Amino acid sequence: MPATATAAIVGSGNIGTDLMYKLLRSGRIEPRWMIGVDPDSEGLRRAAEHGVEPSALGVDWLLAQPDLPDIVFEATSAYVHVRNAPRYREAGIRAVDLTPAARGPFVVPAANLTEHIAAMNVNMVTCGGQATIPIVHAVSRVVDVDYAEIVATVASRSAGPGTRQNIDEFTLTTARAVELIGGATRGKAIIILNPADPPLIMRDTIYCSIPADADTDPIADSILRVVSDVQSYVPGYRLVSDPQFDRPLPGEHTARVAVFIEVEGAGDYLPPYSGNLDIMTAAATKVGEEIAAHLDVVRMESV
Amino acid sequence: MPYSSDIDVRVTDTSLRDGSHAKRHQFTERNVRDIVAALDDAGMPVIEVTHGDGLGGSSYNYGKSLVDERVLMKAAVGEATRSKIAALMLPGLGTKDDIRAIKDIGVSIVRIATHCTEADISEQHFTLARDVGLETVGFLMMAHTSPPDALARQARIMADAGCQCVYVVDSAGAMILEDAGDRVAALVAELGTDAQVGFHGHENLSLSLANTITAIRAGAVQVDGSTRRFGAGSGNTSCEAFAAVAERLGIATGLDVLKMIDAAEDVVRPVMDDECVLDRLSLIMGYAGVYSSFLKHAYRASERYGVPGADILMECGRRRLVGGQEDQIIQIAAVLAARHQAADAAGAAVRAG
Repeated sequence: MPATATAAIVGSGNIGTDLMYKLLRSGRIEPRWMIGVDPDSEGLRRAAEHGVEPSALGVDWLLAQPDLPDIVFEATSAYVHVRNAPRYREAGIRAVDLTPAARGPFVVPAANLTEHIAAMNVNMVTCGGQATIPIVHAVSRVVDVDYAEIVATVASRSAGPGTRQNIDEFTLTTARAVELIGGATRGKAIIILNPADPPLIMRDTIYCSIPADADTDPIADSILRVVSDVQSYVPGYRLVSDPQFDRPLPGEHTARVAVFIEVEGAGDYLPPYSGNLDIMTAAATKVGEEIAAHLDVVRMESV
Repeated sequence: MPYSSDIDVRVTDTSLRDGSHAKRHQFTERNVRDIVAALDDAGMPVIEVTHGDGLGGSSYNYGKSLVDERVLMKAAVGEATRSKIAALMLPGLGTKDDIRAIKDIGVSIVRIATHCTEADISEQHFTLARDVGLETVGFLMMAHTSPPDALARQARIMADAGCQCVYVVDSAGAMILEDAGDRVAALVAELGTDAQVGFHGHENLSLSLANTITAIRAGAVQVDGSTRRFGAGSGNTSCEAFAAVAERLGIATGLDVLKMIDAAEDVVRPVMDDECVLDRLSLIMGYAGVYSSFLKHAYRASERYGVPGADILMECGRRRLVGGQEDQIIQIAAVLAARHQAADAAGAAVRAG
């Protein structure tokens, strides 16, 4: 299928650069511009190498071009995106936000890919959210989940200064999305950085409460289905054990399922252990492709 | 340099926080009031009260609290007449909201803990804690895994963010004398008068008290212990034994030795389900360098999956798990169980053949 939408990547750091490789492979999206602030950045150099027009002049430059992108992927910081978001909107450009700014609704492809397809701005939650919310969704579409808790362990080297300086943003945003998109009544998120060398591949554990008398087979089936859904856009996403079911603990009236995930990155720009970054760029690409398809439909209808 | 004009070293009792692991987070308000009253009377300067894994620790991953930790902290604040109440928090689990909440409850000190290479995730929390008027302590956990100079650089990050005392934390009870002394000395050299240095030990190699004395000789002016060693793994430095040893060594702590001995026997022991002993699994934790609070989780997983607890803990060490990764204990046990089943099936097939 020919490319149907043009895109700009704003932010030429690790995430922006990794995203560029995925968009170049997408076929549905043509990444035409990469915007940074440092003319010597590795990301802008690589963009030029791959025929993506680099600029270190920021969003002002992008919005002054005669031809504007259909979609902007924001890979800067929450602070920067808060300033940029209204400008994209005024220019009629769709924004896929990979920062924790959360100006628009959350999207996790395996749970709600098309729910906000017409929104001008969508937010990709957090890496831990992208890895764990599909599982919470898989359980909550079968049984009531009063409480879900996720534990994301990432290699220290793949946690950048943004995550480190704002670690509360990770836990609070992820917990909120576990509720809103995962479908749990109450959500909790925990992040752990592990400095082991060689670095560990991203690990995630998802615990969901389930009714004490729940039939476990349909829950396990639903989990397996969602894992293969996620694998369609994140090939390195896998279960490392079968889902573990536990009966109610003394004093509790719900049983529990625990699910163990590993996310190995595709190694596009970042090393494979950075599954946390890979799942963000892969999920953003998936969302961008869906928006591109939607824009096609809109265009056809307006002819 | 002594801690203050009155005492050489300030002791923090953590039986109501580290002991929460041993108690599987089942403290009642009565337990807290009894222990705080006894320790307050014995002159304990600081008493830490929180879920074992810190603020917000009540969870599937670490174990649900029987009683909300805020209720327990409030009881402790109400009971104490002289002792300051401290709370532990781990960034990535607890949040700034938790810090604001404990200030409102009347807690005086927040102790903010990170893995020993990840101090920079605590900066915003130290800043907030100082802004709201809490005294601050920093915990560099699993410190045996970092050499002294690297540890000192991490201590500098905490001190610059507003931490008033950085602890060398031997979470695995894996340090042997100079391991503690050299690390404390490196922190003292780095921090100078910018922040104090502390030491938190575990008994998994039977060295917590000796390590604590070594740390003090290297310049530590704050140390942790747990009365009756009530803590994770085989427990912490015994506060009552430390009080006795310190008195013999002429180290002023302000603790009443006989009252501490009585509190350990008459008040703390009855709250404990079992004594904290140096059994097979806790010794393996010290030997393999495994985070002490994994102990009860390893017992539980061993029982649930029918695999040896020692095998689980050795695998935790091999995978270089850090504090907080309790989830992986279940996963390791599930893998070991599947492996045993496969081996049994293969054995049966061979016998059948």
